[in-house]
Amino acid sequence: MNILTGNDLKTGAVTWWDGSGWSLHVDDAADAGAEADTILAREEAARHVVSAYAVDGEKTAEGVRPAHIKERIRALGPTVRLDLSLKPADPAAGNWVI
Amino acid sequence: MYKYDTYDQAMVDARVAEFRDQVHRRLDGSLPEDKFRPLRLMNGLYLQLHAYMLRVAVPYGTLSSAQMRVLGDIADKYDRGYGHFTTRQNIQYNWIKLEDAPDILADLAKVEMHAIQTSGNCIRNISSDQYAGAAADELVDPRPYAELLRQWSSFHPEFSYLPRKFKIAVIASATDRAAMRLHDIGIEIVKNDKGEIGAAFYVGGGMGRTPMIAPCINAFVPLDQLVTYSEACLRVYNRYGRRDNKYKARIKILVHELGKKEYTRQVEAEFAHLLTQGIEPPLAELERIKAQFADPAFESGLTDSVDRSDPDFALWVDRNTAAHRVPGYAIVTISLKPVGGIPGDASADQIRLMADLAKEYAFDELRVTHAQNIVLAHVKKADLHALWTRLDEAGLSTANLDTIGDIIACPGLDYCSLANARSIPVAQKISERFAGREGELGEIKLKISGCINACGHHHAGHIGILGVDRKGVENYQLLLGGSEGADTSLGQITGPGFDEDGIVGAIETATGVYLANKEGEERFLDTYRRIGMAPFKEAIYG
Ligand code: SF4
Repeated sequence: MNILTGNDLKTGAVTWWDGSGWSLHVDDAADAGAEADTILAREEAARHVVSAYAVDGEKTAEGVRPAHIKERIRALGPTVRLDLSLKPADPAAGNWVI
Repeated sequence: MYKYDTYDQAMVDARVAEFRDQVHRRLDGSLPEDKFRPLRLMNGLYLQLHAYMLRVAVPYGTLSSAQMRVLGDIADKYDRGYGHFTTRQNIQYNWIKLEDAPDILADLAKVEMHAIQTSGNCIRNISSDQYAGAAADELVDPRPYAELLRQWSSFHPEFSYLPRKFKIAVIASATDRAAMRLHDIGIEIVKNDKGEIGAAFYVGGGMGRTPMIAPCINAFVPLDQLVTYSEACLRVYNRYGRRDNKYKARIKILVHELGKKEYTRQVEAEFAHLLTQGIEPPLAELERIKAQFADPAFESGLTDSVDRSDPDFALWVDRNTAAHRVPGYAIVTISLKPVGGIPGDASADQIRLMADLAKEYAFDELRVTHAQNIVLAHVKKADLHALWTRLDEAGLSTANLDTIGDIIACPGLDYCSLANARSIPVAQKISERFAGREGELGEIKLKISGCINACGHHHAGHIGILGVDRKGVENYQLLLGGSEGADTSLGQITGPGFDEDGIVGAIETATGVYLANKEGEERFLDTYRRIGMAPFKEAIYG
């Protein structure tokens, strides 16, 4: 999968392109395929996102998994403060990152 | 403490208004990101892994209680209830919203603080000895000199676009507590044979990709030429520093490539020219600044004795207090390294509590240390127990200063967009593994960086750890033998790296080699220097 990620311009929150807008949840990420550059340019120009780029990912049984650990940490939140992550109730959430 | 005059305040207020307008224009679309990015960076606002990050300058690490209190309030009001104290003696907030940033800067400006020059290729916040004005071994208080240089370097038009960032440290003790020789310029205030005070200049040190120890290029610059000499050092760098290659752009590369002799020759020639230009501020300005760092109203006739009947308190006194130059007083270091905690993090409540305690017990003043702890520089020994009790109730009484648990760790891949590997989980595992063994292992400075940029000072650790990316998997290299004191040395890599559990095991092995070979009162570093790398390597890799 060619997935798109960036940060919300106003809040800085990590977001993922879901096919029609930007979601906080990596599981919503859509495959941008060959459209990636067009979508990134359009969305940045519209100030929906900042510092956006394309990354590799795959669809697994548990959801969308970015290929690189850095993107997985961005998707979850800091592994050392799971209370501030997107899965505060799951003490094992950090294992997904590794 | 230095108090802003009307010029300082007007400059900072104007900067807040300017940035408010820039943010407004970014949000309404009239300022595109490529134009806005350098402007936000000039105000300390980065875009990091999870959000915007704001780095606030703490000049030479000194804060008043009122300033510290505002730092705690900002953590609550605009962030997620905590702040991170850094190895540049600053504080960072990890969850800032762009739309809030101008309001935060306005709150900071009300207590004479800002985030200017905490990013970008300019002269950054000037660091100093966290025991300044209190240390028993100090020649003079180095902070007035650091403040003079802060004023000179703030908004200096010629040095706003240097080849690369530029860091200066100022100390005035034979014991270097500020890693002075690992800075672009390290200044040691010294006394010459005639009894005059001046400054020794060490230029071209640094960590990062190519670590270098700064050589001394001038052992005595008279105090009324301090700014002029600094300007000469910067001018030569600004003229010839490599702008073509970011990795070769720091002054250490220029000094190394030209050689100390040629760099010094050029600085002296520039200095001779600048002396004719009359750029040095009058000594009266230094005297004005000095007056603001006058001693607090120390009491005389105080007792030096401390009731040590509580063993936990006695241990904390032994580990976390240092000798003060005034009888009856001690310097207290509050460790921000609880067992299993995140080095340098403090909650908003803890930050406010430390502010209150400084007001009650330490003449209204705190210091941030480059080792990511907080210092109360002037505490009556008679008050130590009461202070410790309050700290203990808030989880701030960890007795581990300069031991294996007092780990410097950069934010690493949990927060930093430049990182290769996480630093904090490694620090947590080490501090948990070795908890309770601090006495047995003695002084060990352990420092972890999540990438080659070395914000965690791994080159200067007795034990250093560098996180690297091995085909998308976190890997950790081990270094031994670094030091940042008067005996500055750079750590050497032991060999192939380890995974997260492996690096903790390797440190266990290295400390085992130390204990087996230790002679007398030797520290880990002393034993390493005496027996060399070979026995450690053999034990670690078999
Ligand atoms: S050393 Fe690297 S990972 Fe750590 S804070 Fe600096 S840039 Fe980030």
